[in-house]
Formats: sequence, structure tokens, C-alpha cells
Amino acid sequence: MAEGLAATAEGQPGGSLDRLASLLLLAGLWWAGALLVASPQLFPGPAQVLGFAWRAIRAGDMPYNMAVTLARVALAFVAAMAVGGVLGGIAGRSRRADRLIDPWLVVALNLPVLVVVVLCYIWVGLNEVAAILAVAIAKIPTVAVTVREGARACDRDLDELAAVYRLPRGRRLRRILLPQLAPYLAAAGRSGLSITWKIVLMVELLGRPNGVGFELNLCFQDFNVTGILAYGLGFAAIMLVVEAALLQPWERRANAWRRRD
Amino acid sequence: MHGGDAIDVRVRRKAFALPRGPARVVLRDVAFTAHPGEILAVLGRSGTGKSTLLRLTLGLDRDFEGTVFLPRRRTGVVFQEPRLLPWLTVAGNLRLVVTDTVPEPDIPALLDAVGLAGAAGLLPRELSLGMARRAAIARALAVDPAILVLDEPFVSLDRRLAGEIAALLARRARQHHGTMLLATHDLDQALAIADRILVLHGHPATLAADLAVPDPKDGEAAGRFKRDLLARFAFLDEAPDDALAAHPPPRRAISPSAGS
Repeated sequence: MAEGLAATAEGQPGGSLDRLASLLLLAGLWWAGALLVASPQLFPGPAQVLGFAWRAIRAGDMPYNMAVTLARVALAFVAAMAVGGVLGGIAGRSRRADRLIDPWLVVALNLPVLVVVVLCYIWVGLNEVAAILAVAIAKIPTVAVTVREGARACDRDLDELAAVYRLPRGRRLRRILLPQLAPYLAAAGRSGLSITWKIVLMVELLGRPNGVGFELNLCFQDFNVTGILAYGLGFAAIMLVVEAALLQPWERRANAWRRRD
Repeated sequence: MHGGDAIDVRVRRKAFALPRGPARVVLRDVAFTAHPGEILAVLGRSGTGKSTLLRLTLGLDRDFEGTVFLPRRRTGVVFQEPRLLPWLTVAGNLRLVVTDTVPEPDIPALLDAVGLAGAAGLLPRELSLGMARRAAIARALAVDPAILVLDEPFVSLDRRLAGEIAALLARRARQHHGTMLLATHDLDQALAIADRILVLHGHPATLAADLAVPDPKDGEAAGRFKRDLLARFAFLDEAPDDALAAHPPPRRAISPSAGS
């Protein structure tokens, strides 16, 4: 969703205003819907949710749980990007490696995330390692597939250039391979982040004693729709900020040489 | 068979597999040795296998019958396409190929020599094709090459620039006692700078001639050589697709004596 919003707003005058207007419209519809349903317990309005969030922030619960979840997202994201990036890079550059890796990717892509999470908790234990591992394993295949496409699209002419000039491996990677993979890594990163944090919430809901997912579970047990919306929307907002502040600028930088000003 | 510093190529057969039918043989029995200090021009029609021969020489294609020895010396290569990295500036593209074993090049001087003074900070997309080709030539020189392999490097360059750059390359090869292997379909260009001319001809292409080129300063001998060559290989007179055909580079400026 965030990618679509960014794409439509990018490069168009007034794009930010359009996005703001769209969000305000959504809030207005939410508010009107809450008035119409007239059941604050079942469908609280924006003011109630903001009030809950403010109290949770002042009490320190929300910042703590969000920080815990953010840390898990960051660790799992980095692990998935690193492992998936390397696997995809190797599969895209070597047909034989691709033949070996592809069946694994197909199986992993079709394995329900829930199965991965439950199995990790059973095999590794109800701990942080299992939680991070489960999220990383669930995300690695999609990163690998995206980066594999990038590695396949790499210009073989430039490989020959590197070969005839006997460039060191590090320089080939840094100067020739990574710049070509950057758009694919950025795409994998942006889609990866949005999926990763959703999986993290599920992992927390199933087996962690803290984090946004854990809080959502508590709210669910209490039938606290206000809390669910406050934590869910609050964390989504944070992830959107992370994407806008970190991933989008990185993507723009990686593609700067393509621009024609 | 070959000395330590000489390029030695013995291709018995080079074929390309086709999706259907038998493989297409493009080269058969092509053998030559290029010694240090020699400039060899490979001539032939477009599509006759000149680029393939250079690729085999450079070790970029090992799927052939025969042997190739390329001395492990600093090698500069100019491909048919400039092959500049689009995310690096012109200067960045030159620095890319400079490794620890290469003396630090004077990049502004190199760019100036190929007519690209002031272009160091430009990105490849800001260059014309001719400028990009010249940047590729400067990049090949940036490694201070003992061996220089060039595949149609002067296409897209105007007459004056092509002549100047050809003179620069030839002068540099002679001064450094380097080996230069040049693929071209332009006879005049080849006669202007080469010591030997190899003619690829036929289907599959064979080495139809391996001839020493007379000193361009001896106008009579050079003229006779060209006439004899054209009598044997009339197709060498076919107009190439660039401006050089009508305006060959100045011969005297690039003779060995002129270059030293």
C-alpha cells in the first residue's frame, strides 16, 4: 500500500497534499462510521483511539512495546535481506546454483508463515532466537526471488569488462554488481519491511511476553477494540515513517544516476 | 611455440551452437603470433569473425578447439560498445580499472589526449556515442597497458579525432614496446598504423593473409601494397559505415619515426 502511495505522489506537484487529503478523508469516514454505529466498544472513533494511545504513551507501555517490536523487525529484516540477498545473488548468477536453490524457494514460498512460526517455537523454544528466525525464514524466499531477478538482469558485458581488466572481487561486487542490484534490493527492502513487521506481530502474538503483537493479544482477550486500533495503527504509522525516512531516500540515491534532470 | 611476452593464437575451429541444426562454424585454422612492439590489424567484412577472434584472444570465450596464450601483462581493452558504467562518472570509469599493480594515471591528461578535456565529471548518459568511445579508449590507456586490444574503436569518431587517437595509440604502443591488436574493416585505417595485416575471409573464416605492411613513408611501396591487397581481397575496399572511409587518418604523423 505504501509503495502505491509513494509511486503516485512521486514527482507530481501537490502529491503530498493529495496524500494528506486522502488520509483526512479516511479519518472522516472512520469518524462518521463510528457515529453511525454508535457503539464505542465495537467501533471506537478516532478521538477515542487517540485518547487510548496518549494514555498508553504516557504510561510508557506503548513506547516500550513498540521499541521491542521495532528491534525484532530490524533484526529479522536485516537477517532476511542479508541471507535472501546472497541466495538470490548466487541463484541469479549461476544456473546450477539456481537449479539447486529454486526448489527450496518454491517450497518456502508456499509454506504458510504460521507453520514456520509454530515449528520454530517447537524446535528452538519460546525465545527471541526462534521469533527472529521464524520471521527471517518467512521473508528470505521473497527477498531471494526479487534479488535473483536482479542478478539475472545484470549486464554480462560488464562482467567481461571486469574480467579483462582483472578487477579484484571486492571492487567487482561494490562497483559493478551492487549498483545493478540496488533497485532490486530496494524493492525487496520496501516490500520486505511491510511484510516483516506483520509477521513479527503474529510471532509476538503466538509466543512472546512483550511487543505490539503481545499487546494486541491482550486487547483481543479483553475485547478492547480501541487498544487494537491504537497499537495496530500506531505501529503502522511508525513503519510508514521508517519507510519514508530510510528506505525511500536510499532507493532514490541508488537510482540517482538514472535521472535525467 | 610462443614466447613469454607474445600473444599466441592457434584456433583450429570455433563454432556457435544453434538451437536447431548443426553448429555454425565461424573460424577455422586461424593462427598468429603478436610480439611486443607489434601492431596487428585484423581485417575482414562485418560479421566475418573479427570480434570473435578478439574474444578468444582475451579468454572471454573458451569454447573452441585450439590454444590461446595471452601474456599476463597489463591489458587495455576497447570493446565495440563503450561499456562504461552508467553510475560512475567518466573519471570514475577510468579509476575503476586502475588496480594496485598499475601506476597512478594522470586522468585529466588522458582525457585531454582523447579530446575529452573537462568531461571527467560527466556521467556516461551525458556523452555522445563518440565521446563514450573515446572515454573507453582513455580507460584502456589508464592501466598503462603492455597489450592493447581494440575492436573497431574509431567508429562514430570524426576524421580528425580518429586520426589523432589512432596516432596516439600507435605512438604509445611503439614507445612502450607494447603489443596492439586491432580489429577493423577499414583498410586505410589499418594501413596507417599497423605493422602487419591479418585478413579473415570465407565461411567459415580462415586466415587468408598475414602480411607485413610497408612503411607508410615509402609512398610507392605502400600504394603498391594496397593495390595488391585489393586485387586479392576486393571486398576490403567496400565502404565502411563511418566517416573514416572518405578521410583516412594522416599516415605520416603515425609512422614509427614520427612517433619516437
